[in-house]
Amino acid sequence: MAKFRVCPDSGFYFDKSAESLMKVNAVAGAVFLLIAGILALGVILTRWQEVHLLPADLFYQVLTAHGINALIFWVIFFEIAILYFASSTLLRSRLAAPGWAWAGFALMIIGAVMNNVAVLQGNSSVMMTSYVPMQAAPHFYLGLILFAVGALIGCFVFLGTLVIAKDDQTYQGSVPLVTFGALTACIIAIFTIASGAIILFPTFLWSIGYINHIDAEMYRIIWWALGHSSQQINVAAHVSVWYLIIGILFNARPMSEKVSRFAFLLYIFFLQLASAHHILVDPGVSTEWKIFNTSYAMYLAVLASMIHGLTVPGAMEVAQRGKGYTKGLFEWLRKAPWGNPVFSGFFFALVIFGFIGGITGVVMGTEQINLIIHNTIYVPAHFHATVAVGTTLTFMALTYLLIPVLFRRALFLPWVAKMQPYVFAGGMTIMILFLLGAGTLGVSRRHWDMDFTGAALSFEYPGTAYMMMAVGGIGGVLGVLGGAMYLVVTVGSLLFGKKLEPSAGLFQSFGVPLAASAYNIDQPDQLQMAPKLAVEEHGSGGFEAPGTFVLALALLVCFVVYYAINWDYLASVWPMG
Amino acid sequence: MSSFLPPADRIWWKVPVGRQEIVWISIALVWCLIMFFMMPYWHVYGKQNLSSEAYQTNAEKFGASVETFVEKYQTRIDEQSGIPVVTPPAGSDIYMLGRLWQWYPILELEKDKTYRLHLGSMDWNHGFSLQPVNINLQVVPGYEMVIKITPDQAGEYTVVCNEFCGIGHHTMVGKIYVKEN
Amino acid sequence: MTEEIHIPKPERIPFFQRMLDNPFLLLFIGVAMPTVFYVLWGVMEVATIPIAK
Repeated sequence: MAKFRVCPDSGFYFDKSAESLMKVNAVAGAVFLLIAGILALGVILTRWQEVHLLPADLFYQVLTAHGINALIFWVIFFEIAILYFASSTLLRSRLAAPGWAWAGFALMIIGAVMNNVAVLQGNSSVMMTSYVPMQAAPHFYLGLILFAVGALIGCFVFLGTLVIAKDDQTYQGSVPLVTFGALTACIIAIFTIASGAIILFPTFLWSIGYINHIDAEMYRIIWWALGHSSQQINVAAHVSVWYLIIGILFNARPMSEKVSRFAFLLYIFFLQLASAHHILVDPGVSTEWKIFNTSYAMYLAVLASMIHGLTVPGAMEVAQRGKGYTKGLFEWLRKAPWGNPVFSGFFFALVIFGFIGGITGVVMGTEQINLIIHNTIYVPAHFHATVAVGTTLTFMALTYLLIPVLFRRALFLPWVAKMQPYVFAGGMTIMILFLLGAGTLGVSRRHWDMDFTGAALSFEYPGTAYMMMAVGGIGGVLGVLGGAMYLVVTVGSLLFGKKLEPSAGLFQSFGVPLAASAYNIDQPDQLQMAPKLAVEEHGSGGFEAPGTFVLALALLVCFVVYYAINWDYLASVWPMG
Repeated sequence: MSSFLPPADRIWWKVPVGRQEIVWISIALVWCLIMFFMMPYWHVYGKQNLSSEAYQTNAEKFGASVETFVEKYQTRIDEQSGIPVVTPPAGSDIYMLGRLWQWYPILELEKDKTYRLHLGSMDWNHGFSLQPVNINLQVVPGYEMVIKITPDQAGEYTVVCNEFCGIGHHTMVGKIYVKEN
Repeated sequence: MTEEIHIPKPERIPFFQRMLDNPFLLLFIGVAMPTVFYVLWGVMEVATIPIAK
């Protein structure tokens, strides 16, 4: 029989088994973020040419592990925790099949460790993409497969919990918007994992000699259905978390349930087509395929992101104006809790994801513009704006919320937590902007030496490129420092943070049972629909959130200008066809 | 009253959408359509497009084509690297292959002439990154890609490999010279 | 004495809302779309590349 506790601060109900699973998944995610962060330092200090820390073999080994730990293990562990939260906690339902959920978690841990061991042993420095016919050790692929199977089980536990909640009528009406966003992430995850299985399983068989040939282009196409879609899980997940955070901090409600859910529906339909971004300069694939897929069928998933870009801050603005912050266009934003890392982390993530990550992503995903960007360091700069700031900083912000609510601990060193989003977002933004610049000058990604030491022919990048890599390096080091601050706060809170009453501290997350009194609810009362609000009119002429509208227009102007600049740049290179 | 509770209305689909969202969605949709039609527009009116002409091949077959090409048009050997320099006639089919860790051969082309460049790999994935023009193409083993290129400025150009191809990846540098005619 | 009790029929949920409330329908769409347009179409593109002479 499920047993719930109610969080006295937030009012959330936690099913005991779901709670433990959320804790272990979130903690596992943080451990892999720690590994990825330490490795990031090796990458950035080598690419900063004046420092050039690591030798070539070690650099590629470190880069391989950094990519997989950050882009796969950290985010997906954390996302499984979010899926359980969005289903069990938000719907007040017991978790479906906790035994299976634990088995999935165990598989994910075994897989992640196995893959890391393979890379550590040194014969699998093949980058996250592991393009055939470059071959890694068999347990490199097997680790990824086991991890994927574990994550798939997590997705089905989420879906099962939705079914149970509906059957038991634990809530009225439709699922909350946040849960709907999590469902979007779950659906994308299932496609991602299925694609991964289709390509990694034969690759594993090839690595142990059962298959003698895998076509290099087929591999690239199917692998990217895994590699790119896995990052689209992040988009859907962190947008859902944004809605959660504005709901908790500001009591904000979606400006329109219909519009926000429709935007998520566009993600479900179209977001995953963008795997084609990686195939735009590949041989033999038709122009029609490229244009249709790279544009998410007429940019309909970009439309969805632009909608969320308006409705997330817009919902916050409406809520703030309702509290009386109505002066001018931006009082609602000025008077936001900038000292609360939950807010500052969320807001920086939103702005950097939209203004930098979103715009660069669409520009370089334009079929022809990709010619001047493919495989330059512009690409990692872009996905550090989307994943390392957009997703990671959102999850960091959420962690500051989960420490008291889920772990029932007070934050350790709150002043460090307060500064953390500023240091992390600041450092990463510097790194991203300068790496975008270096990429425009042609500096390659995944490249040990921009001096080309030992090459039979010589080439020199312009001095500006070196300068940009160096400033990018400084930004990257700052970003790592920001990441370290996050981990100090997180680990410190779990180990030394003051226990909040009634205690459900760290030991519980290792399976040590608590006093029974903490979990004394068999089934919470049915979750009611949000109360109806009297219609209040803020702003003017039906523009409830005029400040947000101005911000959205600013985004559009940046977008249009930057898009035009890149076409102009493309028009200056050698004609080709 | 919040985003993590079930919607306030049982039938939320029929709750009217605010004017602000309708205006923004309309603007965004128009912009999305402009970006979409920009790509086919550039195929018709722009000069930088990637053809989808390609052939399935293998290392022996493609290597043989490249050797034939080199024997036919080789003019000298680059002293620094020992790689042959090939000066094909203007407007002809030209070849370059990527292998661990070399772009082969060195090409000498004429300005403003259009060539059909055949690109292929002998082993792993490579990245053809033409500097400082910054044109980047994926070179995939088993496939021969054909692109029409028209160098429009004279000078010395470098081909850097920008797809990771093992420990010597950074030493994989090639050259294309473009002469005034 | 029998009296007919009138229970007001709740308004029918519109089609789109029912679709958005059905996770398994959405799952089907979300997997089918990229499988058809990205994976299958892409694999066919590569499979039909002509063989070099």
